[in-house]
Amino acid sequence: MRYLPLTPEDRAQMLAAIGAVDIDDLFTDVPQSVRLNAPVDLPAHLGELEVERQLSALAGKNRPAGAGPFFCGAGAYRHHVPASVDHIIQRSEFLTSYTPYQPEIAQGTLQALFEFQTQVAALTGMETANASLYDGSTACGEAVLMAARITRRSQAVLSGGLHPHYAAAIQTLARGPGIAVQRLAPAVDAEAAVIGAIGADTACVVVQTPNVFGQATDVSAIAEACRANGALLIVAVTEVVSLGLLKSPGEMGADIVAAEGQSLGNGLNFGGPYVGLFAAREKHLRQMPGRLCGETVDAEGRRGFVLTLSTREQHIRREKATSNICTNSGLCALAFTVHMSLLGEAGLRRLALLNHQVARKLKAALASVPGVQIPTTRFFNEFAVRLPTPAAAVVETLARRGILAGVPYSRLEPDAGLDDLLLVAATETTCDSDIDAFAKALKEVLA
Amino acid sequence: MNMQSIGRPTRPQTASTDVSAEHAQGLLQTEPLIFELGGWDKTGVDLPEPERGAADDLGDLIRAAPIALPGLSEPETLRHYVRLSQKNHAIDLALYPLGSCTMKHNPRLNEKMARLPGFGDIHPLQPQSTVQGALELMDGVAHWLKTLTGMPAVALPPKAGAHGELCGLLAIRAAHEARGDARKRVLTPTSAHGTNPATAAFVGYEVTEIAQGPDGRVDLEDLAAKLGPDVAALMLTNPNTCGLFERDVLEIARLTHQAGAYFYCDGANFNAIVGKVRPGDLGVDAMHINLHKTFSTPHGGGGPGAGPVVLSEALAPFAPQPWVVKDEDGWRLEEHARGEAERGFGRLSAFHGQMGMFVRAYAYMLSHGSDGLRQVAEDAVLNANYIKARLGDLMSPAFPDGPCMHEALFSDAWLEGTGVTTLDFAKSMIDEGFHPMTMYFPLVVHGAMLIEPTETESKAELDRFCDAVRGLAEAALGAGSDVAALERFKVAPIKAPLRRLDETLAARKPRLKWSAPS
Repeated sequence: MRYLPLTPEDRAQMLAAIGAVDIDDLFTDVPQSVRLNAPVDLPAHLGELEVERQLSALAGKNRPAGAGPFFCGAGAYRHHVPASVDHIIQRSEFLTSYTPYQPEIAQGTLQALFEFQTQVAALTGMETANASLYDGSTACGEAVLMAARITRRSQAVLSGGLHPHYAAAIQTLARGPGIAVQRLAPAVDAEAAVIGAIGADTACVVVQTPNVFGQATDVSAIAEACRANGALLIVAVTEVVSLGLLKSPGEMGADIVAAEGQSLGNGLNFGGPYVGLFAAREKHLRQMPGRLCGETVDAEGRRGFVLTLSTREQHIRREKATSNICTNSGLCALAFTVHMSLLGEAGLRRLALLNHQVARKLKAALASVPGVQIPTTRFFNEFAVRLPTPAAAVVETLARRGILAGVPYSRLEPDAGLDDLLLVAATETTCDSDIDAFAKALKEVLA
Repeated sequence: MNMQSIGRPTRPQTASTDVSAEHAQGLLQTEPLIFELGGWDKTGVDLPEPERGAADDLGDLIRAAPIALPGLSEPETLRHYVRLSQKNHAIDLALYPLGSCTMKHNPRLNEKMARLPGFGDIHPLQPQSTVQGALELMDGVAHWLKTLTGMPAVALPPKAGAHGELCGLLAIRAAHEARGDARKRVLTPTSAHGTNPATAAFVGYEVTEIAQGPDGRVDLEDLAAKLGPDVAALMLTNPNTCGLFERDVLEIARLTHQAGAYFYCDGANFNAIVGKVRPGDLGVDAMHINLHKTFSTPHGGGGPGAGPVVLSEALAPFAPQPWVVKDEDGWRLEEHARGEAERGFGRLSAFHGQMGMFVRAYAYMLSHGSDGLRQVAEDAVLNANYIKARLGDLMSPAFPDGPCMHEALFSDAWLEGTGVTTLDFAKSMIDEGFHPMTMYFPLVVHGAMLIEPTETESKAELDRFCDAVRGLAEAALGAGSDVAALERFKVAPIKAPLRRLDETLAARKPRLKWSAPS
């Protein structure tokens, strides 16, 4: 077995040193009645070549995004990740180290996290950011819990433009502390409707921009309404590249930002692992969930970084912790940071503009297809398309023709009565020929 | 290259750093932050120039103010992060004896497989007819996990161990509520991982601690006394955080079930028993499995992980969405709480779980096979007992009688009178070329030092480690009468990129991001 270094002679010598006759002597605490005397009923070990064959065969049954025209978004986006990002995150020192609890020998991870926090704060326009959570949806759930702790109120209002899976993740997390979650009806231009739902016991309002239908909204008025009522505004962002072009949530008055960072540095990976970005106003620092990396000095006065304010966290505070989170998305956060450092502000702004430009081309092409309407009016790189027939069937038909045409809204929420809506996204990876092929095929399918 | 500069910030290009040349350490140079290195209009990514007016439809939604993100060319970026990487210790460099963390070798085949376009470049919401291989792989992982644990069901979505605990307790809560028997309390031993009580509180339960007996295991009498009609679940790690198998586990399960509660097992230490005993045979109702521990997916400096939860017959109906099913059309994801899925407690996160980790774990499972996995547990336990035997005469094993499982636990009793603390001793290990062991955990053992070698260490590496620790231990034992010897421990580490860091300062005046010097 290539991964197990002990030889039979080693094992015999070690057992002798321990004073055990055989390996069973070391398992005597396991009740005899439940001890397995032979391997379980699964295949025996395989060489690297054979494993690679089996897994490649499975991979071969999937249609990669890069294999043809591709327009899926709805919370996960296909961007080009520079080769050096993947090289860095495969460095042994980053890949095979643990959580940086021993800062003297983990400055690489810690400094990168400090850079990550600074980048996230700048992008979201917030004062402070943590060292990542699992993903955007769980970050959103944590944000709602944090708002309830801060305001000591027990209701949350979710906009109808919030990704339905984010709403579901919030509802799951809200169950523990007993937060009543009110989700407004899904609609393309849904964000402003939350204002009417804010009440005296509203802890927070969750809006998304651009929302699940791609609609981008200036949420400043919502922020004002929240402030007037003592509620906090949580802004969810599923496409972080949009922040290179659009006003930041912080600029518009957000109290907490929960975002999905997958777009930078991280591939689609069928939904995970991704990286949750979490940023807030500094005054709420001590109610933040997750790890925080802070600057300090060593015994010789040199700058260094440590995990800090851990009295919020489960390993110190146990049942009084702000969250139960332990392992987060460290390596995905590193990929985010390396990609962001490569782009820089100039690169990010250009990338964002290109995304928008391509999406506008896609919109023009699809809008020219008879029977198709585009209800999304202001968007970044994603918008909703209203088809004359149920979108799910159209997507299946187009998939058979080699085109991954986007995400039918009914996939996210089957009973919303929005079966005719198709969510489409375009990024810098989308070519003109992809757009032409999509529009042409859609026209034929709808004819 | 024609790099158009868009929205160029007006800030100065660089800031001075407060690090001076006198601290430069040979090849391990002090590395500034990206914000001190980068240029405001520099970029390491060549992109085509956008068309004029590309965003003229967005009006006042456009971000006008500078974001303040510096950039670097590719060679500069690479050098910056490679330099940073060299300030990290890693399993690929030496035995990494962090107890409770299972720092084992991460096979690179797994990385290669996860990067196949058929896994790495597929979208979670593309038509299911186009991801049949991915769904089949998820089912394969589920099959291995169910078979290895002897449990009938598994929920794949949880993203890490603590997320798995959340999943398990939410299923337990849903199961109780479905019977109209909402319960209030969760029991955990004092030795539990911090995530256990934190998760229980997160799910809305009160936490009651149960005592540990002198043998390092659950005190059965205390457990029996605290079980009652308001107890929803017992959360127990087995093997426990002292590195011991709960030998009364069958009785523990019986008592728990008798009280109408569920038995949640924290599976963080599954590595010690994989292929040797099945949790399903121990009466477990739910257990998360850290794929980043037992199944070798890399820890990555703190994640990502993956924490699938195996479930008993009683809890299976309450699993979260989505899950994989097979019907006449092939593999399919059950994504919504409709029909039979309505009893599930809902959705944990946006998509289907940590697919990238499933691919790596599956490659690991296939590589080891049922025979290899059993050998994994045996070698992990053998290695830990070997360390315990080799160090036991100098240091004080917390539970000297009988074997340990996959980790060896020492108290600081042996350091009494030397002036050396557990912290000093652990930091001194860095100067010997090893990552410190887990210290001050579990809380039930004074000055705890928890050493977990894992099965992927050779006897030579174990001996090198034991020799180094023995040398240090002898020095520590002599420190009580030798000021110079004590000093060595108090100032350690000295052969690391940095000396001890001032954690109090960091917490008192939090500086959590870089800001330009004023």
